[in-house]
Amino acid sequence: MRKIALDMVHELAKKDPRVIFLGSDLGAGTLDKMRQEFPERFYMEGICEANFVGMAAGLAMEGFIPYLNTIAPFFTRRAFEQIAIDLCLHKLPVRLISSGGGVVYAPLGPTHLAIEDIAVMRALPNMTVVAVSDADEMRRLMEQTLDWPGPIYIRLAKGGDPIVSDAKRGFTIGKAITVREPSDILLLTTGVMLGRAVEAADSLASEGTECGIVHLHTIKPLDSAAVLKAAAKARLVVTIEEHIRSGGLGSAVLETLADGLPSLLPPVLRLGLPDAFPKEYGSQETMFDSFGLTPTQIADAIRHALVRA
Amino acid sequence: MTNFTPTTPPLDARSLTLRRRVVEALEGGGRGHIGSTMSLIEILRVLYDDVMHYRPDEPSWPNRDRFILSKGHGCLAQYALLADKGFFPASELTRFCRRDSFLGGHPEAGKIPGVEASTGALGHGLPIAVGMALAARIKKDEHRIFVVMGDGETNEGSVWEAALCAGKHGLSKLVVMVDYNKLQSYGPTCDVQDMEPFLDKWRAFNFAATEVDGHNVSALRRLLTSMPLAPDRPSAIICHTVKGKGIPFTEGRADWHHKSRLTPDEIAAMFDAVGGR
Repeated sequence: MRKIALDMVHELAKKDPRVIFLGSDLGAGTLDKMRQEFPERFYMEGICEANFVGMAAGLAMEGFIPYLNTIAPFFTRRAFEQIAIDLCLHKLPVRLISSGGGVVYAPLGPTHLAIEDIAVMRALPNMTVVAVSDADEMRRLMEQTLDWPGPIYIRLAKGGDPIVSDAKRGFTIGKAITVREPSDILLLTTGVMLGRAVEAADSLASEGTECGIVHLHTIKPLDSAAVLKAAAKARLVVTIEEHIRSGGLGSAVLETLADGLPSLLPPVLRLGLPDAFPKEYGSQETMFDSFGLTPTQIADAIRHALVRA
Repeated sequence: MTNFTPTTPPLDARSLTLRRRVVEALEGGGRGHIGSTMSLIEILRVLYDDVMHYRPDEPSWPNRDRFILSKGHGCLAQYALLADKGFFPASELTRFCRRDSFLGGHPEAGKIPGVEASTGALGHGLPIAVGMALAARIKKDEHRIFVVMGDGETNEGSVWEAALCAGKHGLSKLVVMVDYNKLQSYGPTCDVQDMEPFLDKWRAFNFAATEVDGHNVSALRRLLTSMPLAPDRPSAIICHTVKGKGIPFTEGRADWHHKSRLTPDEIAAMFDAVGGR
């Protein structure tokens, strides 16, 4: 997914002279082809995230569309004020390609995990927050980033994730994708949790329990109309995200439902990470297992919730 | 501590007039950053009178020199100059900080003609200016980018991250000026966070650097009309100034950094100090 995202920056640079790339201190060879083809639009500025976000603002004020890449928490924690003021307050078209969203960097420990990134980015006025489900969907997202107004936080997954998106369903920033027609059980996902939700839904379907699935790749602006329409007849809404349960997709959905369906608020099960810095290492998959985000655990959680719903 | 000896002549009529505009705004808003504005007046006066190219009736003119007041709390000095040059009517100054005024306690781009970037949180202006200077280089534009920072502001790490970057790229169109009034909010900079040896720091970051009396108009004019200091490096100018300059009872006083409940007597005394209303 990261490779597609960065390759797309090069592709976009070929067709639009406003595209410029800034990295922090990325892996050797990153975007070499773009660096060779467009040396004046490729910059590796070192481990100084506050500065490179501010620089991007200055470049954007002068008409460029900067694409930045570093590891997620180094954007959201280190450069938060620059993102808030330099990018969001000025509503500048800067794209933050954020490596290692969620628990991708599980073996590296809590300094490298982005478990609250969606919450803090979503809190910022003018920010757009997107977490696609796979590399194909990343390509479709990147094609739309040239002229989208204001900054975009692009949350990357681990890479090599199974392809679960489908071009036939289309992709528009800010528009939900219906993956399975809504039934009275509605699964709402973001990022790679779409794949897990599909597996969980297959498992439940084999028992005769049908689940609708709506993929919310854009968490902000949330497609409120689609959420409300899909949830209107649901007896259970389940949000599934690789993020702490506060402030992310689940919170955004609850806010939407509370505002839009005040008298009909369905039960909402929010699946995600606990409000804690994970104490273990392992891998993204083992962390999913620890925090109840494997397909089997998701299906089990839905079965238990249905007993109560 | 620096060995620089200022040689400030008495403030002339223009310097007093600009300070009167500031006091009018202070009176209108009943508040403001006084010390940190008064130390800036001559620096901004020379930039706007003698150095920068701009068009008040076309604030986004592409060939304009860019100016970022990174120490946004000194905004009243910039507001006085922008009004003086006709970017907006001078009458707006007396509406400073009012609910429906576009002149707030920190400058905002998009609201105020002539303001390039919203500042207020410190340490943001130089990184933005580095991006602007890089953009100018890529596009082969001739305009320059001037940034004014406070001395206390240079405590911020982002300033030195940006300085590293500007030095690395040799951004000769970038001119950094520091309003070195030697006082930050709590007290003397040499006690709160000493930046000395200040010139050496900028030189170590690959800037061409020098110092000047920040209230000596002819010295500022001489220096600023001969930018850059070096053809292949960014320039840094340490401007030795006096916090509260021109209002004797505020000069060199940390407690006059900002006041939020200015009394009519204080306002009257400030007008007296700058030649009356």
